[in-house]
Amino acid sequence: MLERLSTASRVHEEVLENGLRVLIQEMHTAPLASVWCWYRVGSKDEATGQTGVSHWVEHMNFKGTTNIPRDKVKGIIEQFGGYWNGYTWIDQTAYTETATRDALDRMLFIEAERMANCLYDPADCESERTVIISELQGGENDPDMLLDQELTATAFKAHPYRNPTIGWLSDLQTMTRDDLYGYYRRFYVPDNATLVIVGDVDTKDAMRRASHHFGGIRPGAVARRPLTREPEQFGERRLTLSREGTTAYFKLGYHAPAAGDPDFFPMLVLDAVLTGAKGLNLWASFRTPPPQRSARLYRALVDAGLASSVTGGLVPTSEPFLYTISVTATDGTPLARLEEAACAELDRVRLRGVTEAERHKAARQLRARLVFENDSISNIAHQLGYFETIGSWRICETLRDRIDAVTLEQVAAAAFERLKPLNRTVAWFDPLPVGAGGDVPAGTGAGAGPVSTGHRGTRAQRHK
Amino acid sequence: MTIATHHRGLAPVRAVLGNGAVVIAKESETTPAVTVHASFGAGTVFDPPNQAGLSHFVSRTIDRGTETRPADRIAEELDSRGVSLSISVNRHAMFLVCTCLIEDLVSILDLMADIVMHPTFPENEVETKRGEIVTLIRQDEDNPAALAAEGLLTELYGAAHPYGRRPRGSVESVEAIDRAALLRFHGERFSPGSLSLVMVGDIEPARAIDAAGSAFGSWAAATPPAFELPEVAPALSRRVRVIPMMNKAQTDIAYGFTSVRRSDPGYYAYWLMNNILGQYAMGGRLGDSIRERQGMAYYVFSALDANVIPGPLTIRAGVSPANVDRAVASIDEELQKLAAEGPTESEMTESMQYLIGSMPRTLETNLGIALFLQTEEFFGLGLDYDLRVPDLLRAVTRDDVNAAARRTLVPSQATVVIAGPYSGEVR
Repeated sequence: MLERLSTASRVHEEVLENGLRVLIQEMHTAPLASVWCWYRVGSKDEATGQTGVSHWVEHMNFKGTTNIPRDKVKGIIEQFGGYWNGYTWIDQTAYTETATRDALDRMLFIEAERMANCLYDPADCESERTVIISELQGGENDPDMLLDQELTATAFKAHPYRNPTIGWLSDLQTMTRDDLYGYYRRFYVPDNATLVIVGDVDTKDAMRRASHHFGGIRPGAVARRPLTREPEQFGERRLTLSREGTTAYFKLGYHAPAAGDPDFFPMLVLDAVLTGAKGLNLWASFRTPPPQRSARLYRALVDAGLASSVTGGLVPTSEPFLYTISVTATDGTPLARLEEAACAELDRVRLRGVTEAERHKAARQLRARLVFENDSISNIAHQLGYFETIGSWRICETLRDRIDAVTLEQVAAAAFERLKPLNRTVAWFDPLPVGAGGDVPAGTGAGAGPVSTGHRGTRAQRHK
Repeated sequence: MTIATHHRGLAPVRAVLGNGAVVIAKESETTPAVTVHASFGAGTVFDPPNQAGLSHFVSRTIDRGTETRPADRIAEELDSRGVSLSISVNRHAMFLVCTCLIEDLVSILDLMADIVMHPTFPENEVETKRGEIVTLIRQDEDNPAALAAEGLLTELYGAAHPYGRRPRGSVESVEAIDRAALLRFHGERFSPGSLSLVMVGDIEPARAIDAAGSAFGSWAAATPPAFELPEVAPALSRRVRVIPMMNKAQTDIAYGFTSVRRSDPGYYAYWLMNNILGQYAMGGRLGDSIRERQGMAYYVFSALDANVIPGPLTIRAGVSPANVDRAVASIDEELQKLAAEGPTESEMTESMQYLIGSMPRTLETNLGIALFLQTEEFFGLGLDYDLRVPDLLRAVTRDDVNAAARRTLVPSQATVVIAGPYSGEVR
């Protein structure tokens, strides 16, 4: 019945007949199990008029199923001391539970129900519409997030990565229950999903349970997805947000390599040299600030007193996304001065590359982050599933080698090609004095980071 | 001799160095790394009344130069090992926290010891950091959630009380803090007697404690005198304050009371009450009402901060401006119901199961264990506290929770702060 693909590595991989990929890794350090169910669907799959549907569907998938009545959802995993959450981003939607190991069967049951039997009660769809609009408006209170959204929408003119994952307000106001349900039925099929189990489990037993819960779910064919490629950018783009506020923000966005492109890892090293190593775990690495006190942009902007913070963002994605540099101006620093200083530093690295000492330090930082971010079964399971949704989970096993293999020449070439002014979008948030009356009404969208269902920890899970 | 392996708990090793520093070590083999969590009795409550923000200012500058290491060298020693040293303050303590690879532990402890023993607060670094702090304060002033939360504490405790002051101070108070003030605060608050150092990771406790002894053992400085914190009488009437921020999209509500001390025998009833009210699953009863049934908010929850004196019990929600009145009324209603009827039997069972059952998850990561041990040490809960938690919770009855709710969750004595694009007159 089952096609066996691999038993060689520490990760056990099997694909059920209905196409569900199952990844199991035993870890017996704590009496816990973590289950993640991943779908290859995110905001890049959304059509005009339906932006935000992936994320709204994610919310609806916590509202009861045929065999989990609405009033039994609360507490279904908490009884086992468990934690659950979900998040949606541009390439993927993920659901997770982590609880004591005796809850494994319960967790698999929940995920199988979520895949096949969610209810989409019309009243629940309506109630969730306003919850999501509240989520959007909460994000809009943060000028940095607003600017991130504007930057992304400007940097992409064709590719659906341009849309915020939470969606545009008018789409959230007008989508119907049938839009949601149709989207759910199309993408929530076993052959579009990966089930990951990590923890204090027995592989054979976990595999048997996974087959039991998921084996009977019928496969479906996910129809053609958008195939738009972003055309090459032939000139710098600029935008300025003029809204009331107290603080000025500045961002640069460069079209970046996808995770599978040859210059992704050189860019990762470059980012570590510029702003400190963040690691590669979207779920974990934003809890801990990067080691960046000796990073080039930190010295040029923060040590120089021009900025109170600088962060670099390069996240593994399935198609080319953005490398973003985000800067908060110190009180009174003109944005033009900040831009000049940042661009001078970027021009320098573009023309002269980085030093061997810098490459060495960046690689060491990235290797350390790989160790630090694998500190829990939940984080380990996240990485397997995340990489599977943008390529293959096997990338996880090669991260260290790929980081070590990056040469000075590759970093220099990536810097020269990627950081050219023609490839960038410059975004300013230049605050109007509070009370002056901004001319932009509230309610235009929300940030470009992943959005998740539970409020706890959400701030940390959003990537900036 | 019998060893009940699954019941032995964390069993950390605690040592007191000759100079009074407390060192706690726990071995964990999850990753070849160690989390170092140092706590000093140097939080915001120790800010002099006219220097609000001093402790926070010290936290941003203490690692910017020592007698033998300029800022650049500290930066290089940290970054070259991939180590990010986070320094933060809460009301009572300042924390220096980092995770490093095992092979770097000795060097990192040596560096941390130098930072806390011999900081020089160079003038140029102080000025740069002052600019960053002023920017942080200005960002807070544009953040409805921050203003609502800080505003609630000011209303509950008074602007002059250490719990009521803004932890980062004001632009004016920060402008007035000079290098001499930073040095003085350091001299008064940092000593081995005010240090509690927790290390969790893939290293034998004896070796970790030895390494800490080498780094901190020679430090001689007088322990700061005991500190008396005035208690605040609970509010007897309802107070509502609106902070209009018409440039924002969403309104943040902070609604609360003073609660109990952490040492209060009733603490465990409050813990359960808070879980039932605003934590369990998606925000407890408040989440059921305001998010699930009424679809009004993406986030709503309650948080309990039982502390050295009775800390705040806070309810927080972010809602559309049109829903503020209805959200506040719904909070009132849920509190009244819990006070009048108490929790149900099944709520008691569920929350107890959850809080007890979630212990292994709380204690899964090195950082999770370190935070737990640091709290254990701060409140003097004992090294076997993780083993005692289940019985402490199971001893709480429905009547206990009901009594706690009746005592504290009184809407007519609530303090409410609303920040955002709201111009109504909620009462």
